[in-house]
This record gives sequence, C-alpha cells and structure tokens, in this order.
Amino acid sequence: MLTNRSVVVSKKEMTLMEKIYLPAIVKGLWITFWHMFKKPATVRYPEQQREWSPVYRGLHVLKKDEEGRENCTACGLCAVACPAEAITMTAAERKMGEEHLYKEEKYASVYEINMLRCIFCGLCEEACPKEAIFLTDRMVPTEYQRESFIYGKDKLVEPTDNRVDITKRQKQLTEA
Amino acid sequence: MDWFFILEKAILIIILFSLTLFIAMYETYMERKVAAFLQDRVGPDRAGPFGILQPLADGGKMFFKEDFIPNSSEKWLFILGPGIAMFTALMTSAVIPWGTELHLFGRTISLQVADVNIGVLYIMGFVSIGVYGIMIGGWSSNNKYSLMGAIRASSQMISYELAMGLSLIAIVMMSGSLSLKDIAAQQSGSLMGIEGFHWNVFLQPLGFLIFLTCAFAETNRAPFDLPECESELIGGYHTEYTSMKLGFFLFAEYVNMFISSTLIATIYFGGYNFPGLHYLPGNWQALAGTAVLFLKILFFIFFYMWVRWTLPRFRYDQLMHLGWKVLIPLAVLNMLLTGAWMTWF
Repeated sequence: MLTNRSVVVSKKEMTLMEKIYLPAIVKGLWITFWHMFKKPATVRYPEQQREWSPVYRGLHVLKKDEEGRENCTACGLCAVACPAEAITMTAAERKMGEEHLYKEEKYASVYEINMLRCIFCGLCEEACPKEAIFLTDRMVPTEYQRESFIYGKDKLVEPTDNRVDITKRQKQLTEA
Repeated sequence: MDWFFILEKAILIIILFSLTLFIAMYETYMERKVAAFLQDRVGPDRAGPFGILQPLADGGKMFFKEDFIPNSSEKWLFILGPGIAMFTALMTSAVIPWGTELHLFGRTISLQVADVNIGVLYIMGFVSIGVYGIMIGGWSSNNKYSLMGAIRASSQMISYELAMGLSLIAIVMMSGSLSLKDIAAQQSGSLMGIEGFHWNVFLQPLGFLIFLTCAFAETNRAPFDLPECESELIGGYHTEYTSMKLGFFLFAEYVNMFISSTLIATIYFGGYNFPGLHYLPGNWQALAGTAVLFLKILFFIFFYMWVRWTLPRFRYDQLMHLGWKVLIPLAVLNMLLTGAWMTWF
C-alpha cells in the first residue's frame, strides 16, 4: 500500500433489518425532509451578485501616471513572463511633442492580450518593473467572434477621465 | 330518460377532467419546487410571483416545439402511443368516490362519476392497459434506447401488477365488495373509539406497504424509474418524442401520480372520511369530505416527490428480485393472514 487511503471492500451479507430497507428509507426521508427548512444556497444572479474574493484577478488595465502618461515602456518582460503567451507588443520611440502621452522615451505602439489564451495568473503584473499592468476586478465580457477577444490598447489603457482603482491590488502585490 | 341525471354527471365529469389536468399541470411546478427545497435551492421563481406561471410557460414551450416523427418509425403507432398513455391515465378517475352525497335542488347528487360494482377490477384493468401506451410508443420509435425503456416498462409494470392485485385482494376480502364506494364508506366506522378513523391502513399495514411500493413502480416513479432513466437510456421510451406528444407522455405520468395518490388515499386512508365528519351538517359533510380527500391526495403527491429526491434508482435485477421474490410472497402471506384472521375472529 503506497497510501493509507485504500479501503478494503467488504461484501458481508446484509442483516434482516438492512434487507427490509424500510429503516434506512425512513432515515433518508427524515434527512431530506429537514433540508426543506434550510436556507437555500441560491444567489439570484441578475439582481444579486456574489461577493468577489479580494484576490480576484480579472480584466487587465494598462495604467497611466498622475499626469496621464502611459507607464508602459514596451520592455516585453510581461510577454516573456506570460506562461500562456497571450501578450504581444510592438515598441516605438517617443517623438517630440508626445511627452504628455508617454512617460519614457520608449512606448508600446501596439499592445495586445488575447483573452482566450490568458489564464489570469497575474505573472505579467509581477514581472512589470514600471507598475504599468494590473489585473482588476472587472470581467471579460462574452463576444461572438474569436477576434474580438484580442484586446488592444483601446480596451486596455485606462482612460484619464475614468481611472481604474488598483490600490487594493497594488497593496497585495507589495505585501506578497 | 332522466336528463338531469345525465346533466349532473356531465358537469361532474367536466369538473373532474379539468381538475385532473389542472392538478397534473401544477404537479410539474410542485415537483420542481419540492426538488429545489429538498436540495437547498429556490426553484423556478421567474414566471409570475413565486414562479406560479411556470407550468403555463412550460406548456407553451411544448406547443411551439417542432412535432417530429422519425422516418424509420411506425407512424400510426408512434402517434397512438402517447394517446393511449393519456387516455388510460384519465379514465381511472371515473370510479373514485370523491365525497359523499350532495343535496341540491331536491336531488341527491353522488360525488362519483360511476359507481361500478367492480371498481377495483376496473382500475386494475386500466392500469394494465397503461402499459400499452408506453410499450407501443417505445417500440414504434425504432430506437434502441426507446425499445430498452419499453421492455423495462412492460416487465416492471406487469411484475408489480401482481403484487398490487394480491394486496388489493386482502382489502376486498375485508370489505366484501369490489366497489370503491363501499370500500370508502366502510372506513367511516370507529377504531379505538375514534369515529371515522376505521382506516384500512391500520388494519392492513403490510398490504399498504406493498401497495405503495407497487404504486411507485406502476407510475414509473423513482426509485423505480428505470423505463426513463436519463443516465442510461437518455429518455427511455420517450427518447424520440418531441412537442406535445412528449408532453402527453410526461403529463400522463403526472396524472397517474395523482390518480394513484387518490387510490392510496381512498383505499387505505379512509377516502373522504376523517374524525369529526359526522358532526357536520348535510352538504358541508360532502364538501369537507372532498376537501380532506384532496389534502390526503396532496400529501401523497408530495410523498412521491419526497421519495424521488431521497432514494437512488434500483438496478434492474434488484427490481425484479424485489417484485417477484419479496413483494409477491409477502402479498400472499398478507392474504393468508387476513383470511385466517377473518375465519377465527
């Protein structure tokens, strides 16, 4: 025996009380009857939503700094760290007059995450040296086409006028 | 020809017919709700308050499904199957005494469609014909799953009919009548000083258990739902059926459940009798009796569902073993004991 979890099958004859079945049936009926008075475990979904875990990892966000400049420098560490190879990007050089858009001289002109490949492990945010990518408590909505699951910068970068709060996640990452 | 007699019977038949269908309709709702409550769930609650309109939604869905007849099926028998199942299910309610007598407009109206003097035999006969609906439906589908279901259904129903009949013989011996009206009326006597409590269940506890078990098997309900077990046979005999033909099969099962609950209540639980019935005046007696009968029926319908969500399904060999080697000898023993008791006491 490699483990001590194996159970020896016994094929002993049933006693008369067991053969009658009735005591066991009554016992079973008794158990199911009292289940009627238990609180149902149902969450009535559209009206009610189950509370999410504080460590929930959902749709990514590409953060901007306080002045509204993108943090990402297209270093590619997230793409390297990604075990599902869901992230691709193209780097570009910041031109004159674009200092208000990008924080550093290099930025990602294309940044794509394939949400069908992504396993939401959070290794990208751990790999990121610039605090540019975070997983949030938002969900990836359903789509009709596979192509629509490839999220570009239009969907990933947070809008300046509608910031995504990631302070909780940031705290968890620094504590971990 | 007494036209009023025909009129009152026609009204009674129409009331019974619609009531049976209405109850069968709400049994589907009740089944889902009871299942949910026994499993710590909520059950259907979207259609109307507490999901009360769910049966209508289900029925509407059934009607709008494609009515499909497989190419390789025996077309007429395929159509006939659900019809027979529904017909036999509805016919049995004719001989059941739903209450005592109403006195209206100077007439005495019996709350029973037909007091056939061989009521018990009539019911056993229709129960036997009930096998045909399932068998014809399953066979004519020309599908292996359906055929398996039909074979199981026929062997199961025929086996359990024997024990059912034998347990009823003990009742017939005691009451000395095959009429359900007499059997119900005889239970109004007193038992241990309580008037209207002379129920057969106290005199025939073994017979009652046998009858109850057989009733579960005859209606193809869990734990004897082998003819339609989803996990092995997809849908059993109604695998190939769609639309309202499937609806008829499912509905027939619920009607059967209602009728067999009525039979259990009438034969073993005093029918419309209950302690204190005698104190009520005239027509109230009949109405209260009917109401109490329906309460008893409701309890047994609930019991059917309760058992369904408690017990796992029997294996085929266990089913046959229970039917032939346990229930039939027990029923014969019960019959002998009843005979001996009647001879010496």
